[in-house]
Amino acid sequence: MDAAIPYTTQLRRDTGLYNAKVGIWLFLASEVMLFGALFSSYVLLRVGADSWPHGLLNVPIGTFNTAVLITSSVTVVMAWASLKMGQLKNARRYLLATVLCAAMFLGVKTVEYRDKFTHYEVRFTDGKVLTGHVKALGRTAFLSLSKLKMMKVEKFAFHPDAAHGAAVATHASSMEVETAKVEKLECFGPWHHTYFAIYFALTGLHGLHVFGGMLVFLYFFGPGAVLYRADPVRYTNRIEVAGLFWHFVDLVWIFLFPVLYLL
Amino acid sequence: MQNTLAAPHHLAVGRDVPGTHEAPHPAPGFWRRYIFSTDHKMIGIQYGLTALVFMLFGFFLMLLMRWQLAYPGQPIPFLGKALAALLGEEAVGRDAAGRLGVMLPDLYNSFGAMHGTIMVFLGIVPLAFGAFGNYVVPLQIGAPDMAFPRLNAASYWSYLAGGVVMLVSFFIPGGAAKSGWTSYSPLATVADQAHRFDGQTFWLLGMVLLITSSLLGAVNFITTIIQLRAKGLTWMRLPFFVWAQFVTGFLLLLAFPPLEAAGVMQLMDNLLDTSFFLPTGLMISGTKPAVSGGGSPLLWQHLFWFLAHPEVYVLILPGMGIVAEIIANNTRKPLWGYKPMVYSVLSIGFLSFIVWAHHMYLTGMGTKISSFFQITTMTISIPSVIILTALFISLWGGSIRFNTPMLFALAFLPMFGIGGLTGLPLGMSATDINLHDTYYVIAHFHYVVAPGTIFALFAGLYYWYPKVTGRFMNESWGRVHFVLSFIFMNLIFMPMFIQGLAGMSRRMYDGGASYGVDNAGEGVMGALSHLVLHMNKDISRAAWLLGVAQIPFILNFFISLKRGKRVESDNPWAATTLEWATPTPPPHGNFATTPEVFRGPYEYSQPGHAKDFTMQNQPA
Repeated sequence: MDAAIPYTTQLRRDTGLYNAKVGIWLFLASEVMLFGALFSSYVLLRVGADSWPHGLLNVPIGTFNTAVLITSSVTVVMAWASLKMGQLKNARRYLLATVLCAAMFLGVKTVEYRDKFTHYEVRFTDGKVLTGHVKALGRTAFLSLSKLKMMKVEKFAFHPDAAHGAAVATHASSMEVETAKVEKLECFGPWHHTYFAIYFALTGLHGLHVFGGMLVFLYFFGPGAVLYRADPVRYTNRIEVAGLFWHFVDLVWIFLFPVLYLL
Repeated sequence: MQNTLAAPHHLAVGRDVPGTHEAPHPAPGFWRRYIFSTDHKMIGIQYGLTALVFMLFGFFLMLLMRWQLAYPGQPIPFLGKALAALLGEEAVGRDAAGRLGVMLPDLYNSFGAMHGTIMVFLGIVPLAFGAFGNYVVPLQIGAPDMAFPRLNAASYWSYLAGGVVMLVSFFIPGGAAKSGWTSYSPLATVADQAHRFDGQTFWLLGMVLLITSSLLGAVNFITTIIQLRAKGLTWMRLPFFVWAQFVTGFLLLLAFPPLEAAGVMQLMDNLLDTSFFLPTGLMISGTKPAVSGGGSPLLWQHLFWFLAHPEVYVLILPGMGIVAEIIANNTRKPLWGYKPMVYSVLSIGFLSFIVWAHHMYLTGMGTKISSFFQITTMTISIPSVIILTALFISLWGGSIRFNTPMLFALAFLPMFGIGGLTGLPLGMSATDINLHDTYYVIAHFHYVVAPGTIFALFAGLYYWYPKVTGRFMNESWGRVHFVLSFIFMNLIFMPMFIQGLAGMSRRMYDGGASYGVDNAGEGVMGALSHLVLHMNKDISRAAWLLGVAQIPFILNFFISLKRGKRVESDNPWAATTLEWATPTPPPHGNFATTPEVFRGPYEYSQPGHAKDFTMQNQPA
């Protein structure tokens, strides 16, 4: 179908590159601008904010996910190196490992997201503000005051978080709260604060990249591997190019983790 | 050499029986050839036709708006009722006498926002970059196709999908986006409180598709130019048009992603009630919206203009490239100052990333920042002027052929000159305070883009038409089209400078009548005079006549497909660049033999040669 396009596999002499490698580097340059714009927005929002929440993300879980992603970067390189040595079987094993790491990362991220949607800030009519977990209408996520009022819920169960530095852990104790005494009830969704807005925007976009990369590696692990028999160089190049993308996705997380979890 | 080989015989082969030139491939069917093609030439043609239709549509929106500006509150003749039937009576209302067909303010705002969006993102960029770039760049660098043909097709389809989303938004409840093509927040987010999936949401979804399209295009173009240049085609032997497209590619590649990020954030503001761009203390019609606040409206403007200023150069650079090709060809001389032009276009590309905030002097971002952007803005005018000067000097002493492409290319020079020079007062913060958001701004950037870029695009259409179709467009009707367009373009935009200097704001639904002297109270200074207001009518008439002036072009474009004068060789303009070394029209794979380049792009009238042009692939 394609008119024979030069330099799809062999290297052009003056650039020393094949086409797809030029293409992926250009694409990554645009990705740098995309995430760069979001990181700049983070800085601007944080500088302009009245208050910036701390300690609401789980650092050990984040650290675990960082390790998962770094591992997957290693397995991608191993896949490429195996192909260079002509070992398709090993390469596919490493590709599968990469896919599993990506799935693990996304699974952990889902749990973290769920934590945010079940964690609430409750402001009472007397001015007191507490954070904790709410149970009403038989569920714990995505509740809001307007929803409770619409469904005529007069009382709901509330488990406040342990106060920082409190002598006695109060987490276990649950209390009944009258809806009428609540002024505001909101989970830590993106609408709660610009911190969560940028948190969900950054991690969501990054998660989409992880998901996309996972699909690509799944393809190369499965049906895409047929290409190896017909054109091993081209298949190897594809893994290299996809790997470059994967390292970039990894690198974005290396920036995201401290910016959102630690700082 | 090849043009003598490939005369009418090749024409028939190329057009009617594609595939016969390369035996191993069976001839692709209709769908493969014309719809889901991966051939850069067919994709170029698809881009071109789609973009021309969008441009006509965007122009048509403005012709309707011009009625409202000239005759505020009066029903639109002929079309008013049809418009009411199409868009409903919440968009098109009745005047005091009960006659149907008055464009209501919301519809006016929608048309204004969509005119800008369609012209920039669906009209000119796809035509200049998608169509001309796709068709001409691989030919000029001697490549068989783009580096990634399937990405190229994906780029077109993503563009078309974005366009369809934009068009559909006219018919959703609440109508299309109505906050200007700049979609400033928080206005854009709160403009339509009645609908969650409002016109702005559609606008943002459409933009995401368009950004994806130009991202794929940009990656493809740059890779193609770096990797697929023919043997011997060194960087300083590239035609200027290829340089212009190369830099344009980088602008699209690096400037669009921040808008994509901003688009995602505004989409979240719309759909998830986040507050990226909604400040603390925001009030809508006297009530406090249920959002957290804490966002920054300035952030949107920074991200938007970080795209939208380089975008200005995306609009103009391909035009400059086309004009350079046509001027060299029709003066029969090498371009004067090719290398300075190349360095200038690279400087423009770099500098265009650090001038964006000159659109924001009035936001109160501070005088120090303003000074910085004022300096960079003055600096970027230098390379632009170098290119324009080089093109002017190229005319000196040439025996110029005044054909239709050349007429449009020549008109580009003073028109772009006017547009560029009137931009300087807008680039300086002191004068910008008066001129910001007035008709002066409209006149300025339309001089750059309408009689500037669009004339360059017309020039390109008339110039490359014979390569694409094997026939010329009619020369006499081309001249009629040129003369009328030239006159009416100026009659439209020249008076706008005066209106703007008189202080007329660019976004007024009634054309400024409510700020006219008749409505000013006792002792009010600076009300708009009758003369300034009356210009609205003159401008509108000129705009409608400009619409009429496009009829000869449209008819010429289609009738010449069948009836136009056939080209007698593959190089009918006696040009030097490689696209004229292919059969006409170029078959799949483009070149009969892989070309090799031995000389620079504009070797016209070289001493010691029998002909007054030496093609790039002619051996030394």
